[in-house]
Amino acid sequence: MARRSFPTLRHLLRASQSSPNPSLGLGFPESRRSVTYMPRPGDGAPRAVTLIPGDGIGPLVTGAVQQVMDAMHAPVYFETYEVHGDMTSVPSEVIESIRRNKVCLKGGLATPVGGGVSSLNVQLRKELDLYASLVNCFNLPGLPTRHENVDIVVIRENTEGEYSGLEHEVVPGVVESLKVITKFCSERIAKYAFEYAYLNNRKKVTAVHKANIMKLADGLFLESCREVATKYPGIKYNEIIVDNCCMQLVSKPEQFDVMVTPNLYGNLVANTAAGIAGGTGVMPGGNVGQDHAIFEQGASAGNVGNDKIVEQKKANPVALLLSSAMMLRHLQFPSFADRLETAVKRVILEGKYRTKDLGGSSTTQEVTDAVIAQLD
Amino acid sequence: MALRRVLQRSLMDRIFSWVFPSTELVIASDTSLEPIKATLFPGDGIGPEIAESVKQVFRAAEVPIEWEEHFVADEVDPRTGSLLTWESLESVRRNRVGLKGPMATPIGKGHRSLNLTLRKELGLYANVRPCLNLPGYKTRYDNVNLVTIRENTEGEYSGLEHQVVRGVVESLKIITRQASLRVAEYAFHYAKMNGRQRVSSIHKANIMRKTDGLFLKCCREVAEKYPDITYEEVIIDNCCMMLVKNPSLFDVLVMPNLYGDIISDLCAGLIGGLGLTPSCNIGEGGIILAEAVHGSAPDIAGKNLANPTAFLLSSVMMLRHLNLNDKADRIHNAILSTISEGQYRTADLGGTASTTDFAKAICDHL
Repeated sequence: MARRSFPTLRHLLRASQSSPNPSLGLGFPESRRSVTYMPRPGDGAPRAVTLIPGDGIGPLVTGAVQQVMDAMHAPVYFETYEVHGDMTSVPSEVIESIRRNKVCLKGGLATPVGGGVSSLNVQLRKELDLYASLVNCFNLPGLPTRHENVDIVVIRENTEGEYSGLEHEVVPGVVESLKVITKFCSERIAKYAFEYAYLNNRKKVTAVHKANIMKLADGLFLESCREVATKYPGIKYNEIIVDNCCMQLVSKPEQFDVMVTPNLYGNLVANTAAGIAGGTGVMPGGNVGQDHAIFEQGASAGNVGNDKIVEQKKANPVALLLSSAMMLRHLQFPSFADRLETAVKRVILEGKYRTKDLGGSSTTQEVTDAVIAQLD
Repeated sequence: MALRRVLQRSLMDRIFSWVFPSTELVIASDTSLEPIKATLFPGDGIGPEIAESVKQVFRAAEVPIEWEEHFVADEVDPRTGSLLTWESLESVRRNRVGLKGPMATPIGKGHRSLNLTLRKELGLYANVRPCLNLPGYKTRYDNVNLVTIRENTEGEYSGLEHQVVRGVVESLKIITRQASLRVAEYAFHYAKMNGRQRVSSIHKANIMRKTDGLFLKCCREVAEKYPDITYEEVIIDNCCMMLVKNPSLFDVLVMPNLYGDIISDLCAGLIGGLGLTPSCNIGEGGIILAEAVHGSAPDIAGKNLANPTAFLLSSVMMLRHLNLNDKADRIHNAILSTISEGQYRTADLGGTASTTDFAKAICDHL
């Protein structure tokens, strides 16, 4: 009996003698994983990732990511391409590069309002068939918000719905816009949502809809979700109407876990959820399809900040840093991902270096340096 | 080109005179004249109880209103195609003022939904919801003071959907110049009448360029006629984010149908839910139909537990439209002070008072 407890005792002593980790006891993932990831030989070879700095604050925050990646010696190297929101379409060499590398990191692309060019963000998604957009909205420890216990993932259909872009003027003064819902797209987004929940140990999937008014369109979406739900009996499934959903989000957000929505509602719900959990400056997210993935700031990808922020260089890099951590996991470099996330969370918890949207006054560079300093 | 502009202007003038048929909406506010007739639909569930509270408070405040009560019938009236009789609708059209309690739409075929009937028959084109923090009832948000104005007739809720082939469904979103101008006119008029500084129009015109673009164009045209009111345009996802972070950034919001539905419910959630939010529908020719947007709560019906706040606040909105501003202010202040004192609060606000006690407390505060 005594002999068996010896190794345990030795292990405990060793653990307590190692350097005190400030994140212990606060639920952070430790930098040393207790379960080892066994790579295949050659997995450590550097991977190419397409990088699109974008407009406005985009170059600032992607610069921050590059600096942190260099500091970590992460096995990724970036192929940078210049794309701006006022181009008519995404250059073919950029699409080529993403098809080759399969992974891309992107700052925001501004969309001119009211006419002219169609949104490049939407174009990229359609071209590469990135049908799922994911935003993870969660409370960051140390960042005070009005709501606690928020941990919502919004999975939004990305290619059809209200964003089909099919509009025409019937007669002068009367305009029609088509909202298209297909079984094919609804089914695959529902499958992705349930698969995500299954692989990430999430307990509940909620479908957001307005089928009491749009009976056929959202009805088709719900039908597809219900069918897929039967294949995952271990995951709870429920449905909620979109206006009630927004009301519940501002009063009781802890009831939501994973949410699957069509295109437009997903945009609104994702932004609301991001707002209650700390703002779009800190929420990671990305777009994923069968073959490719683009990682970017979680919600409001078209929001590239205003000129003042760009001039003063005070953009918040946290969202893109956390997204790049997601990207590292996607590329199967979990240890680097964990180190990056832990460092970012430590900086937020400490509270000394925060940009204006989080209530501080630091510049992007100061936050980046703080993150690099906190890397293990 | 010039002809088109002349036609456009005459369209706007026509709409203006249609929306506001006369600058004085009703009889003069001299209360010695005969009382104003108003239609009252008590509704189902808790409806009759809260209607009684409104009548009680109005009596105590000596508001010169005579109620014509109408109820939802048990059978479909063939003239209207729904459970609301032709007489009820005629009554609202005649009186031009109405107050509607919560109505539970019975499930069944062969009749239109009650709300749809009212909307179509009375031409209710704008839904106005002022969202104000009730002092004394603490929610997570402290500085909410905004009004959402939602276009209520077209947009995504036109109900025009069809299945193209199996597995592909199309739904039409319609935006017309006429309806957008109408609601924009009302929004700016409301802002001016109520001393509001700013009107924000909420859209997604970066993606839906022609439809929301048309809505924005109409709002801009109307904005030019009101130079002392600031006008801005906000994209809806930005708006959602700003609302949950800092609701004091907004004043009056004007939106098409779907966005309006979502945003007005979101704002109701900010101040404490639908049980506390007043709402008013504006119809063609200046018809006002104030309503309670919460449900009929059949589980507490008849138990004297319901919270009449939303219904009372809606009736205050109705009084303001009738230019009975002093009465409206008295009742409004009485409601606010009763809730802020905290002694008489109904169960949903965390208190123990009954509906009648709460109404009596408001009467005492007048």
